[in-house]
Amino acid sequence: MPQIRVAIVSEPLDITAEIERVTAGRGDIGAVVTFTGLCRDEDGRLEALELEHYPGMAETEVRRIAEQAAKRWEISDVTVLHRHGKVKPGETIVLVVTASKHRHAAFESAEFIMDFLKTHAPFWKKEHTAAGAVAWVGAKASDDEAEERWNNAD
Amino acid sequence: MKLVYFAWVRERIGTAEEVVEPPRGVDTVTDLLGWLRTRGEAYDHALSEPAAIRVALDHDHADHDTPIAGVREVALFPPMTGG
Repeated sequence: MPQIRVAIVSEPLDITAEIERVTAGRGDIGAVVTFTGLCRDEDGRLEALELEHYPGMAETEVRRIAEQAAKRWEISDVTVLHRHGKVKPGETIVLVVTASKHRHAAFESAEFIMDFLKTHAPFWKKEHTAAGAVAWVGAKASDDEAEERWNNAD
Repeated sequence: MKLVYFAWVRERIGTAEEVVEPPRGVDTVTDLLGWLRTRGEAYDHALSEPAAIRVALDHDHADHDTPIAGVREVALFPPMTGG
């Protein structure tokens, strides 16, 4: 069974520490893929993003997605870390690390996890602009389409 | 039954959670949304476009035609925007 680590945290995420944790003492891993989702400044307009989540469900749902990926691809280790609370431009919102013997499983499973996380994990972004305005970020149809293609593939 | 609200659904309704006792005949999520809308202007405003409301029953995503009998916690929220 693959190792699965999921956490919803308020502290900054450390990609180097996560890669080291996954690979430490392992001789069987041939590929590690990481995805880092960052907070953009939207051309200087954005002061911060506020990430709301459903505490009772967010971790469960992210774990469910990671488990689906682990069933679909031969991966030995999956890590998904997601921030909540206020995040400043340049900071990491989400980190996905997948490890496998060969690269395809690691690449594809990381993409699968992100596509489902976008549409299924109960998080909501609120923009705080430098001008003091506050607005909820709307969901994108392109995210639904990105998820849909996994249902059609093989 | 406990109801929990998130993001703009929470803001429009004006509370994060509450316990309710839906009347007889409120069998599905659709029924529940319809009943909630009769509870006041804030609810009607928050739920005026039912298709925009996502639902989780006891932490599991559910469609609007799902029965709610026996469910302990119903969450109502907009489409998710994490990641």
